[in-house]
This record gives sequence, C-alpha cells and structure tokens, in this order.
Amino acid sequence: MGKTLQKIKVSTVNEMPKNLGKTVTIGYYEIALFHLANGEFRAIENRCPHKGGVLVEGIVSGDHVFCPMHDWKISVKNGEVQKPDNGCVKTFNVEIEDGNVYIVL
Amino acid sequence: MAKQKLALIGNGMAGVRCIEEILKIQPERFEVTVFGSESHPNYDRIQLSNVLQGATTIDDITINDWNWYKENNITLFSGETVTNIDTTKQIIYSDANREVQYDQLILATGSIPFILPIKGADKKGVTAFRNIEDCEKMIEYSKNNKKAAVIGGGLLGLEAARGLLNLGMQVDVIHLSEYLMDRQLDPTAGKMLQRELESQGMNFHLGKQTQEVLGEIGVKGLRFSDGEEISADLVVMAVGIKPNVQMAQNCGIPVNRGIIVDDYMETRIPNIYAVGECAEHREMVYGLVAPLYEQGKVLAKRICELDGKAYEGSVLSTKLKVSGVDVFSAGEIFEDEKAKSIKEFNEWNGTYKKVMIRNGKISGAVLFGDTKESNNLLSMINKNADVSEYLKVGTSGEPSVSLVASMSHEEIVCGCNGVTKGDIVTAIESNGLTSIEEVKGCTNASRSCGGCKPLVADILELTLGAEFSELNQKESICACTTLSRDEVVAEIREKNLTHTREVMNVLGWNTSDGCSKCKPALNYYLGMIHPVEYEDEKESRYVNERLHANIQKDGTFSVVPRMYGGVTNPDQLRKIANVADKYNVKLLKVTGGQRIDLFGVDKEDLPKVWADLDMPSGYAYGKTLRTVKTCVGENFCRFGTQDSIGLGIALEKKFERVGTPHKVKMAVSACPRNCAESGIKDLGVVGVDGAWEIYIGGNGGTHLRAAELLCKVKTSDEVIEITGAYIQHYRETANYLERTSVWVERVGFDTIKTIIGDKQKRIELNQRLDEALSVLQEPWKEIIESNAIQTGLFQKVKIPAISNK
Ligand SMILES: Cc1cc2nc3c(=O)[nH]c(=O)nc-3n(C[C@H](O)[C@H](O)[C@H](O)COP(=O)(O)OP(=O)(O)OC[C@H]3O[C@@H](n4cnc5c(N)ncnc54)[C@H](O)[C@@H]3O)c2cc1C
Ligand code: SF4
Ligand code: FES
Repeated sequence: MGKTLQKIKVSTVNEMPKNLGKTVTIGYYEIALFHLANGEFRAIENRCPHKGGVLVEGIVSGDHVFCPMHDWKISVKNGEVQKPDNGCVKTFNVEIEDGNVYIVL
Repeated sequence: MAKQKLALIGNGMAGVRCIEEILKIQPERFEVTVFGSESHPNYDRIQLSNVLQGATTIDDITINDWNWYKENNITLFSGETVTNIDTTKQIIYSDANREVQYDQLILATGSIPFILPIKGADKKGVTAFRNIEDCEKMIEYSKNNKKAAVIGGGLLGLEAARGLLNLGMQVDVIHLSEYLMDRQLDPTAGKMLQRELESQGMNFHLGKQTQEVLGEIGVKGLRFSDGEEISADLVVMAVGIKPNVQMAQNCGIPVNRGIIVDDYMETRIPNIYAVGECAEHREMVYGLVAPLYEQGKVLAKRICELDGKAYEGSVLSTKLKVSGVDVFSAGEIFEDEKAKSIKEFNEWNGTYKKVMIRNGKISGAVLFGDTKESNNLLSMINKNADVSEYLKVGTSGEPSVSLVASMSHEEIVCGCNGVTKGDIVTAIESNGLTSIEEVKGCTNASRSCGGCKPLVADILELTLGAEFSELNQKESICACTTLSRDEVVAEIREKNLTHTREVMNVLGWNTSDGCSKCKPALNYYLGMIHPVEYEDEKESRYVNERLHANIQKDGTFSVVPRMYGGVTNPDQLRKIANVADKYNVKLLKVTGGQRIDLFGVDKEDLPKVWADLDMPSGYAYGKTLRTVKTCVGENFCRFGTQDSIGLGIALEKKFERVGTPHKVKMAVSACPRNCAESGIKDLGVVGVDGAWEIYIGGNGGTHLRAAELLCKVKTSDEVIEITGAYIQHYRETANYLERTSVWVERVGFDTIKTIIGDKQKRIELNQRLDEALSVLQEPWKEIIESNAIQTGLFQKVKIPAISNK
C-alpha cells in the first residue's frame, strides 16, 4: 500500500514573483518552488546533484534553472540535469487552486 | 566474400586510433573485435591530468562512446583481459573463457605504471596515476585527507601534484634527481620550474630516494634513504612506466623491452602487429601519443595492404599541462662536444630558451615561460632545419601567421592526432569551417592536448583571410544568439529596446527565455543604456546581486558593510560585534579590501542583520565598485606625501553602487611604497610630492597584471574627474564580465588614454555617469523598508513534518 498523498498549501500565486524561486521546507524535505515566466509553478528538490548547490537561488530561464554554484542546467519539469553534465533531482507535484499554491506530497 | 577478421587487444589510445585510421581507408573490409581490460569505452588518457586538475570531467574525456563501436560494427569486449594467444591457430583466449579467431591481430596493450619495489608499497593509499580508477581514487582520498606525497618529479608526477593541490591537499613531491623533469629539461629550466611550482604551493624534496612507505594498514608517511621521514595520507607513484608485454611474451612473441616491431609495426610472428607503448621500434619505446598515432597511421595502411611510408621513429616533444607554467622541450636537450646551444635567459621575466644545434642543424629545444615558438621549433627539429633558417625567423620578429604560411602541407600541426597543415586547409576549404571548434570536430586537430590551438587559429586566419578576423571578432554573447556584444548594444540603442525579453524576441534569440549568461548581460546593457528609465530585473541577476549578499558553499550568506576607505570607528565595531553575537555569525573576517565580512547568515535573517547593522551595503557581491583600499597616508605615515585616506573615501563615496561590467577595485597610496597595492587594481592612485599618478587596468586575481600609468595630475578633483571618465568608458565599451585588465588589453591602452585625455569627451563621459549615479539607492535600506521584497525574495516557507495517517 502506498501512503496517502497530502496537499500542503505553501504560498499564494500573488506572493511569488515570476522567474524566481522560494525555499519551502516540509518536514525533512527542502524544496525549491519556482514561478515560471509562463505562469506555471514547479517544485524540485533544493539540492544540486553536483555539490549540493541551493537551486532555489539559481537563474530561471524557461523550464530550466541554472545552479548558482557552478552553473549546471537543470530542468524544473523533470529534474534532469542537462548535458554535458549528468544527474537528476527529485520533482514534486504542484497544484494551484483559488490563487493558492499547493505542493502534493 | 566473408570479411577478414581483425582483432585488437587493448582498447586504449594507440590501438583504437589505428582502427579509426583503418575505418577511414576501408570501412567495409574487416570484421573488427576489440578486447579491453578497462570497463570504459576508449577515452583520452592524457586528459586524466585535466580531470584531476578540475578542468574537465571524466564524462567529457571519452573519445569514442559505446555508440561508436555499434555504429561501426565493432564487437567490443570491455572489462575483459586477453590471457593467451595461439599464434599458430590464430586464436585469442580471454579471461571470460572466450575464444576469438583472427586473420590479423594488433597488440596495443600499453604500459603498466612502475611501482617502486619498496617496503609498504602495497599499503592502502598508495596509487599509480594511469587510469580512470586511479584518478577517482585520488579525488576520493582528497575528500577526507590532507597530505599527499607524489613520488616522481617528472611530467606525470607534477601534473598529479597540481591536481592534488587543486583538490585541496598539501602536496610533497619527492624526486630522485636534483632538479625536476630531468629527462626533458636542463638544470636551469628545471630550477625555474621548481620556483614557479613552489609559488603555486608545492613542496619539494629533491635528490631523495624513498625507502619505505610507513603506516600500519593505511599510509602514514614516507621514509627516505637518509633517514628523513615525512607524513602523508596518500602516496602517488609516478616514477615511470614499463611496456605491458608479459602476455605477448608468454605466447612466444619476441620481446626486448617492448614487443619488437619493424618499420611497418610487424612483430616477428605472421599476422601480428604491435603499436603504442607496448611496442619497441628501432630500440625505442615511446610514451607519448604523437608517435603512437604516427605508428597507428603506418600500420593502418599496412593492414589495408596499401603502399605507405615506413615508420622511421619520432622526435619527442613535451608540454607540461599545469596552468600558469609554460614548459616545452623537444629533441635533444644536452650540450656535448658536438652539440652546441643558443641560450636566452631572462631572469626578470622568468623566461628561458635553449635551442640545440648539432652539425649545423636544429636538433632540440627547451622553452620555459614563453612557449609561443614551440610549434615552429618542433617543425624545424623534425625537418632537421639548418641553423640559418632558425636565425632568420628568430631575428625578423615576424608574427606567427607567417610561420604557418611557410609550413609545407605535409607538416604536422597537431602532433597528438597526426593532422597535417594540408588536412586542415582542405577541411576548412571544402567544408566551409570558420572556428577552431569546427576544425577540431572535422579533423581531430587539437582534440587531445590542445597545444596546437594557436596554430590552428593561424591556419584559419591564413586560409580565410580578412573573413576570419571578422568572424573571429564576432564572438556571440552566448549560445542563444549569434550576435556579438557590440551588435546587441547597437540594436538596443537603435530599436530602443527596453526589456530583456524584448531584446530576445526582437533579435531572434534561439531560446525563448535566454540562459544564465545572456540574461544578466542583457540586464546590464539595458541598464547602462537607459540608466534612468530601465527597471532592473531581479530575476536576471545572479543570486549575490539579487539578494545583496554573497552566497556561500552551504547556501548561507555573508555580509560586508561599507567602511569607506577602510576606516572604521568604535561605534561601528561595537555594532558589528553585537550583530555577530545576536545572529550567531560563524566567522568574522577582515577582507582583502579592508572591511569586515560576517559569514554564515541565513537568507531569511539578512534583512534583520542589515537593519541592526544600520550601515550602508559594502557591495562585496556586486559588479560595481567594491572598495577603495587606502594606505595610512600623510597624517600618520612618515613617508606619506598626500592624504590617501581622504581621497580614497571621496572616490568611494562618489562612485559607489554604479553597475559596471565586472567588479571594480581601487586603491590610493600616499607614496610609491604603495602599501595599498595600487599597482594591481582596476584603478590605482599613487601620491608623489605635489601630484597623483593614476594607474589603470591592474589585476591581482587569476590573471595577474600590473596597472599602467595613465597620467599624472595635481589635485584630488582631477583624480575624481579622470576616474569618472574611465569608469564610464569602461561601462560603455566592455563586454559584460570583462575585467578592466582584459578590456584594456583588448581595446588598447593607448586608445583609452587618448579618449580620457580629450577634455570634451571626459566631460561627456562624466555627465553620463552622473546621470546613472543620480538614481541609485542604498539597496539594504530599500529592502528593510519594503515588505513586498522581503516576502518575495527573502522569506522561506516552513512546514513542520507532515503526519501520514
Ligand atoms: C595522466 C596521464 C597524462 C598523460 N599526458 C600525456 C600528454 O600530455 N601527452 C602525451 O603525448 N601523452 C600523455 N600521456 C601518455 C599517453 O596517455 C599514452 O602514451 C597513451 O595513452 C598510450 O597509448 P596506448 O594505446 O599505447 O596505451 P593505453 O592507452 O594505455 O591503452 C592500452 C589498453 O590496453 C588494455 N590492455 C592491456 N592488456 C590487455 C589485455 N591483455 N587484454 C585486454 N586489454 C588489455 C589496457 O587496459 C589499456 O586500456 C599521459 C598519460 C597519463 C597516464
Ligand atoms: S604607501 Fe607610502 S605613505 Fe602610504 S603607508 Fe605606505 S609608506 Fe606610508
Ligand atoms: S553545486 Fe550545482 S553546479 Fe555545482
């Protein structure tokens, strides 16, 4: 049996400037929540697979965030590190309802 | 007809190179099988040094990936070692119990690193430096250990030592001879090299013989034959290699030091050949790729039954792959009765050149500190050129392009990959190549050590003429566009573009949102062009500038308040001390710029820390004026001729906060003793009796550069006027992220001097700068006062552990 999913309210759409990230900690998860230019929200683990850089502070372009430590390029959609580097970060589902932002865990 | 069966033992650099050559000549002729002990596809062993030094990654050094084998129908047995060959029945046996029949067989088993037969050499923590596993082992060790000892002060040892330094270890290098790289250098060059590497942090024990590796299970240290001991947690043995011939020898293939081959790489057994480090040709065993690739080429023709030139041996040339050290050596290097030398030694610049002459012909060379001539010298050595030819080129001082022009088409440009000038010219002409990268992709030139890059550039220039210099100057600002910085700036001005997204759209960016390179650059250019109207885009700024604090390795931040001219008072110090206590600051450090840095502040606490400090931001994170370092000056120092502190403070107050292409550092010293280090700053001022000297374009960072004297003025007001014009001119014409030291060299010191020297231009530049300065605000204050910025940028969301009922 899988565990039940929970929807946790973490922010509101208005509170989140576009193309920037917000640090969200839920229990022992540290998550980088992004508000993309196209209005979508995305959430990924806040740790770069390279040397643990905090991804939430990276520059966001389109569907990617550039790690602020050594500039690895990581997809905020599927968590995959872009070539020439390799690796992957965990992603989390985000839902928007009535202007509220929820992370589904 | 069934294909001929070709087998290769040794999936390394020489063997696979030979297969590549064969595929080039007759792609369909053979059914190829390759055995390799290593479980990796064919990779560039040379680059292991660069991996260790952090310049590239293991993933990047693959030459041919798994796909390549598939695409070329090559059967690869990797992680499998050949144990026996039946040379009569022509069958290979592997340690995976495999039997493979061959018609032709190439042995390319390389060498094995020589491990000193001393006590303790088998302890945990002793390693060679030969393959990916060794490299990974060193990286792993460096994480938990501090002290490394490298035995062997040759090429490989020094490259390993440099890598270990980069990995944060202390490094002792032990060498048997009295000077480094004694096989490639003479004592003069060896000693120069030692001094340079010492300044990089290496510690040498020369003339020392290692007798024992100390330690219980793991390594603890080394003992030398004179009884001296040093401590070490990791020992790297780089004392030499020996041809890997055991297996061949067991199968009855004649071996001396290496597997004996003739001028066509044939062993004494029919249908068996050898190339690479395992082969001995005319009593020589080569340990560098250039000769091995030459051998591969000859053998490829032989196996394809084409007539080809015989292999007649190679001239060895060496370059050390350690940044900041240029060493080159080729051919013979020691004088004797018959061999004489021409030497140039410049102790001041740290350069040394020795050209060897035997029987009136150029026979060898050693270069230290400046290796621009290396390709030219190597080609003279290779063709056994007359000394008169060397003297002709040597004294005429012609630019290097003419050297390429004088090269024949058969001459090798890229030694590693055996690419001739003719190959490159043909590739450029028939494929319309315009960049070094393209030439590399097409011909393999400069694919390995990269030493021939300047030559390739020269050939491009020579072949394409004016077209090249145009293309060359046009370096696009990032991969999202083909436009150069100047074109982008011109378009922004002309079309009056006002947002980064607009620039990307209108100028046809090939990504919709840019990248981490162009976003900050465009943000800067737009702000520079429209200083008053443009609204700075926080999301296009690097985190440090967005949050006005420096991000540290663990994700916390450091904060540096302004201390104009490096001057402080008890009040400020008390405040800083109180803040440090209140927020549990992990480290307080006086910076190189004479200020105090508070480390380890959490993002969320930043606004509170700034509020409590109640001091202006020191901009220690910005692309802007950082600090103005000052010396003590006339009021206290017995040498001071001027008020350096006063001028420093005035400069800092006047120019603080304005955005520049990169950080800008200034300094004011009150006499030529230069205690504020004005000679290595973006702008340095030195007081002399009754005047100030202004220096520009200095840098104390990665590319150490002494500043050049721009002018001498009488008053502090004039210093400020000149400085304003200089900063603005830099703001308007430099590439984003280009330090003044690089900019001055690119644009030309004299050009800058002429512009700043022009009174009218100076006034205009200052006006434009004043406009930009007029709208700037203290960022920390702005944030403390804005709730919106605090929630948007600084607040974190914290939700306690969720229950999962
Ligand atoms: C760190 C480092 C830096 C270097 N830097 C330079 C440089 O700057 N310039 C330069 O010119 N050279 C440099 N070299 C030397 C260069 O890498 C070698 O000369 C070259 O790799 C030799 O090629 P090879 O094919 O003969 O041997 P290798 O590349 O060693 O290939 C031999 C392969 O055969 C395999 N093998 C052996 N026996 C068997 C068997 N019985 N069955 C199956 N497989 C087997 C081995 O596992 C190995 O993979 C460097 C070497 C190192 C280690
Ligand atoms: S630079 Fe000259 S004036 Fe300034 S502190 Fe040094 S010695 Fe004194
Ligand atoms: S930690 Fe992210 S790129 Fe290095």
